[in-house]
Amino acid sequence: MEKEHRSHTGLWFIMPALILVIVFFFIPVLMTLGISATDMSSVTGFDAWKWVGLKNYVKIAQHPDSMNNFITTLKYVSLTLVFFNVGLGLLIALITSHINKLAGGFFRSAWLLPRITPPVVYVLMWSMLAADAPYGVFNQLFRIPFGLSTGNWVPEYAFLFIVLVNGYIGASFGMIIFNSAIEAIPKDIMVSSLVDGASYTQRVRYIIIPQLRWPLLFVVTYQTLSLLTSFEYIMVLTNGNFNTEVWSLWSYHKALNNYWGNFQYGFGAALAVVLVLVGTILGIVYMKYFRFGALVQEPKIDQL
Amino acid sequence: MKEKRDNFSWLSYIVLIVFTAPIILGYLWLFISTFSERTYGLKPVDLDGNFGGLTLKNWAFLSDPDIWIITMNTFLMASFLTFGVLLISSLAGYALSRINFRGRKTFLSMTLILHAFPSVTLLIALYFVLRFISGVPLLGFLFGYNTIGGVVLISISLQLPLGIWLMKGFFDSVSWDLERAALIDGSSRWRCWWQIMLPQIKPGLAALSIFSFMTGWSSFLIPYTFLTRGNKAVLSTYLNAMMSSDTVSIQYGVLAAIGLFQLIPILLFYSFTQKYLMKIFSGGSHGGV
Repeated sequence: MEKEHRSHTGLWFIMPALILVIVFFFIPVLMTLGISATDMSSVTGFDAWKWVGLKNYVKIAQHPDSMNNFITTLKYVSLTLVFFNVGLGLLIALITSHINKLAGGFFRSAWLLPRITPPVVYVLMWSMLAADAPYGVFNQLFRIPFGLSTGNWVPEYAFLFIVLVNGYIGASFGMIIFNSAIEAIPKDIMVSSLVDGASYTQRVRYIIIPQLRWPLLFVVTYQTLSLLTSFEYIMVLTNGNFNTEVWSLWSYHKALNNYWGNFQYGFGAALAVVLVLVGTILGIVYMKYFRFGALVQEPKIDQL
Repeated sequence: MKEKRDNFSWLSYIVLIVFTAPIILGYLWLFISTFSERTYGLKPVDLDGNFGGLTLKNWAFLSDPDIWIITMNTFLMASFLTFGVLLISSLAGYALSRINFRGRKTFLSMTLILHAFPSVTLLIALYFVLRFISGVPLLGFLFGYNTIGGVVLISISLQLPLGIWLMKGFFDSVSWDLERAALIDGSSRWRCWWQIMLPQIKPGLAALSIFSFMTGWSSFLIPYTFLTRGNKAVLSTYLNAMMSSDTVSIQYGVLAAIGLFQLIPILLFYSFTQKYLMKIFSGGSHGGV
């Protein structure tokens, strides 16, 4: 009887969260699946639509933009992930944990700034760095003094810039994770490696990197997901122009926001389902990282 | 040995500075151009392109009543978001950490998966959910499509997985004895949550509330998608509309000033509470063991 009463209390505690999760996660996932099997668009309206089965998916397969957008997405995710979220994150974590503590802290704080800056303000900064002469910072500092040609760099190297803009945010995530993992390596190991005459590179290769295996996996899965679906910065910077229409932005444009005002909810939802599937699979991998079994151990207090 | 180390650290500093340069230059540009007629790179210039031209007129937008309505909207949105996230995730986090109930494991694993779930892919469906809520009397007025309430609810939900996860982590680290003593003395679970446990996890509450407020204050995509007032909705959408307007020649000084106006509260929060925030930036992953 007592036990029953308690389990009730628990449910009340999670009730608000549960309702929100059902209304804004569960139902939307099911709805996305459902809408993707209809021809709903601003032409059919919300009443005159009908079921079309897998037609939208066939349409994706045959769409002239599919291949292009898929490759853009693949390139964007992999390059940003390898060079920034993992590569640069690791580099900064390694360097800042080995230089003067104060300086290391300063650089780490500087790297967190892009993450907390409002997205629109952050993109504004990048577009001014790259702006045409005579206004752009890059042109003024690195091109004009050397007599090199100037230009408006964002349209010219749009793809590079979406990688840079997202990479400079993503790098700090890896930086924090790797940094705390490096700090957690017992000092004895580090000291004894020094006594044995290990060089810095040897220490990185044989002591630090092996300790970072789990953090690496974590950063890779988590950031792959974020990169796959975060189109906010790309939207503000190029709005998908200049061949930067990644998959998630494509879906958004088709269904909710485009110049012509023809919103293809069905087709857009089908594009989103593709991402939801990838997301769910990666989510399960990600869960393994947390060693789930240890986390769900029973609360002690009910065993009184 | 010593010399080798010094060489190495010189090299490290150079590498760090080169990679950090875009960030530093970007913020420098923002500060300088806010107070300049125009800028050539980082150099403030007047209208003829000569050095000088420092001015405060970029801040004239502050006398426009519109900006204060927009700021108020942004502030309200961020505050409601903070309050909602704190309340709901501390309730759920407490239950998941301390109470044994049916479905606990399921809910916990669900939270974890949602933590990584690409929520922005659901925007299309969320649009329909909000339109549906709009049709419900009373509720629709508060939380429907094109209301601040609706945007707040969606933002809360997107934050919940992180919030719950983080709160559970903090509750886990509170000693059991404290709670056991309270329960033996006849306290209810609710009272226990409110009077015993919440005061114990103040640092966690502070971290989560600062983070939520910053997220709400900066948020762009959700208000942009679900509020049809367009540029007049919140600071982010206002700035975005000004940036992408091609009718008037864009005044970068004014853009920078509005950007800085939005950035200042964030920078203040950040400089005072960096330590707390670190825990959240790593995704509440307990330092990523």
